[in-house]
Amino acid sequence: MAFGLIPTDWIWGLAGGLMIGAAAALLLLFNGRILGASGILARLTDGSLTRNGSETLPFLAALIGAPALAVALSGGATTQVTGNYALLITGGLLVGFGALMANGCTSGHGVCGMSRFSLRSIVSTVIYLGFGMAAYFVAAYGIGVL
Amino acid sequence: MKALVSALAGALFGLGLLVSGMTDTTKVQGWLDITGAWDPTLAFVLGGAILPMLLAWRIAARRRVAVLGDAIPKMPEQIVDARLIGGSAMFGTGWALVGFCPGPALASLGWSGLPGASFVAAMLAGMVGYQVLQRRRMTALA
Repeated sequence: MAFGLIPTDWIWGLAGGLMIGAAAALLLLFNGRILGASGILARLTDGSLTRNGSETLPFLAALIGAPALAVALSGGATTQVTGNYALLITGGLLVGFGALMANGCTSGHGVCGMSRFSLRSIVSTVIYLGFGMAAYFVAAYGIGVL
Repeated sequence: MKALVSALAGALFGLGLLVSGMTDTTKVQGWLDITGAWDPTLAFVLGGAILPMLLAWRIAARRRVAVLGDAIPKMPEQIVDARLIGGSAMFGTGWALVGFCPGPALASLGWSGLPGASFVAAMLAGMVGYQVLQRRRMTALA
């Protein structure tokens, strides 16, 4: 009844979230792998591709290709990504370095680790959420760069 | 067969990120902007993603071996150390500055243009930087 009162974005969020979880479940139950975007991407540069390339490369190609195709078929999309290159480079370096140092990111710790009640993943998720909110506040309202 | 499953999982993951709105950096930053026009969508995405995985871990606990023969990954040793905390803090800070974490940054490469590609390049550089430091530490310890 109250369905019309729930913002559409939340419903799309839930639907997309279920797809993300289904993808992680598929990879876990069939291949015995954790769906962690940073961990899988890092295999490109850690010299392990000769062993896992037949899994890593199709995953990354489909992760980039499927949404690109969907967007192209639906008439293209505009991106909301900032054009501030100082932010892009600083943010990218921190995300890449931090994700490997913490052994996981939003997908690895947030989705795969939290759902098995891993203490490390719960701690990591609480900290990156907290620092994310604090950093956003400082950058947006303190320094005014966002 | 594992290659096919990997491709299917990658496609489903990427489309899920697109459908959920997580490839839109302003929606992610809207979630982090708790004192502004807070956007709770990310909680629905994370909750939705955890549901199938709760079930998957229950099935995995009974099987121990995945359908295609590999072992189900064991629970890592639960050490909460400075690396975990420092890395997560750095990750969260970078996430806030742009609104991208690794999955959505890759999923939107098809249309995020030079800014999106620059973020991914910097992210890879950050990863290589960490891997180089790690390798040095290993050789120093050996």
